[in-house]
Amino acid sequence: MIEVKNLDYLYSPGTAFESKALDNINLTINDGEFIAIIGHTGSGKSTLIQHLNGLLKASSGAIYYNGKNIYDDDYDLTEHRCKVGLVFQYPEYQLFETDVLTDVGFGPRNQGLSKEEVEKVSLKALEDVGMDEKYFKKSPFMLSGGQKKRAAIAGILAMNPEVLILDEPTAGLDPKGRDKILKKVSELHKERGITVIWVSHSMDDVARFAERIIVMNEGRVAYDGEPKEVFKNFEELEKMGLSAPQVTYILNDLKNEGFEVDNTLIDVEEVADEIYKLLK
Amino acid sequence: MKDITIGQYYPADSILHRLDPRVKLFGTLMLLISLFVSNNFLNYILITIVLFSIIKMSKVPFKMLMRGLKGIIIIMMISVIFTMFLTPGSTLIKVGAVKITRYGLKKACYLAIRLVYLVISTSIMTLTTTPNDLADGLEKSFSLLSKVGVPVHEMAMMMSIALRFIPILMEETEKITMAQKARGAKFDDGNIIKKAKSMVPVLVPLFMSAIRRALDLADAMEARCYNGGKGRTKMKPLKYKKNDYIAYALIITYFMAILGLSYIIGSTDTLEIMMVRR
Repeated sequence: MIEVKNLDYLYSPGTAFESKALDNINLTINDGEFIAIIGHTGSGKSTLIQHLNGLLKASSGAIYYNGKNIYDDDYDLTEHRCKVGLVFQYPEYQLFETDVLTDVGFGPRNQGLSKEEVEKVSLKALEDVGMDEKYFKKSPFMLSGGQKKRAAIAGILAMNPEVLILDEPTAGLDPKGRDKILKKVSELHKERGITVIWVSHSMDDVARFAERIIVMNEGRVAYDGEPKEVFKNFEELEKMGLSAPQVTYILNDLKNEGFEVDNTLIDVEEVADEIYKLLK
Repeated sequence: MKDITIGQYYPADSILHRLDPRVKLFGTLMLLISLFVSNNFLNYILITIVLFSIIKMSKVPFKMLMRGLKGIIIIMMISVIFTMFLTPGSTLIKVGAVKITRYGLKKACYLAIRLVYLVISTSIMTLTTTPNDLADGLEKSFSLLSKVGVPVHEMAMMMSIALRFIPILMEETEKITMAQKARGAKFDDGNIIKKAKSMVPVLVPLFMSAIRRALDLADAMEARCYNGGKGRTKMKPLKYKKNDYIAYALIITYFMAILGLSYIIGSTDTLEIMMVRR
């Protein structure tokens, strides 16, 4: 369980360029949740997740992981980063080995596992992300965008994290690729029970998979709740530079035209059924 | 990390900042030559006056100039000490087996002044000229060489591109380091060999990124019909203004004065040596 208490983060403190990237963040993330963090560019979402795995240090405030303050002197942050795994937005930042299997094994090797264990967890991780065996011995630079993403995610999964944080996992992928990755992550969540936190721009993806949405705006938490509840405020979301899922707009337009529809629905299938009812 | 100002350009609006880069290059060169042609006290007084007026005109704070000196302090100390103790001549002070001569002390002082002024002169140059203006100035100055086949334009372009990408690649290095740290990478553990090895997960993605960017940039430049320096003109060509001509005149006058003083007054050092030889 992660508890964020009164977290502040300042850019360039003490200089003329000082600015608050995160302002008094208070959050509790329970084990096994599937959370999406959304927000416009510069809202602080990437900064926040880099605090959760201890890459960035807060200017003030604390983060408790399973009850322990990660800023304590005796807290092992390197170990923490294996428990709270963060997959960066661009796989190009992390892929470097001569072949995919070895690259995935980088994390486990850093954890000190034996050669056999490293291979075991790497193979399992690659299987979990659905990568075909024929790619295992290929250079990671020869993979397609979607495959690179999978390799990057596998690299973190191989460390057996309790929390998996993904920064824009679907950026740069075609719709089919996006679907595949999100389905895989959703499966992993159900099978392994890991906590998933994912940062996204895509409201439709978020509406489909997330159980809880945290909306960041200008360094603060604007909304925190179930997707249905959060998207009800679509007008405020728009002012923040975000939008609601496409279906919300359709339902609202229909309602304004006088049709009897439940405009809080966000699942595409449910909406399709709702509209079908009107046509009958 | 972002505080490293490459080329150390200090933005301000001074006469010096507004001068054509070629004038500044010429002036710096003349200043450096005059430092080494000078051989007497009056020369150094003239140089000091000129240098300090230039510093005043540049509106650059003294602190920035001092930063450049920090780098050479050690070399300077070593050179000065060696010169002080190893120059022959009439003994001034004797400490055990070690002696300092009057001549040695003088030479050491001149050496120290020369080094300091050298650094200050070149610093003024880079502090008042943007890296791109510098590249333009060098390109224009050496343009005659292109007639004999030296790829002057291409070299200036390479310099500008390299300068342009330094901050970008620095930022990328930071991001890559963070991404690998997120996989448990450690960079300050172990002996020299281990530390070098731990750089591989950062260097490989960085190189790949640099190469990718280079290839993209090449495509982009070609798509805009870039064809090297042949027949290429500039949107903002370097044009001399009134102040530039005045500056050239002043520089040449200054240099004549230095040469004149050196010749007429002669070397006070030569006098010293002659006295010592007696």
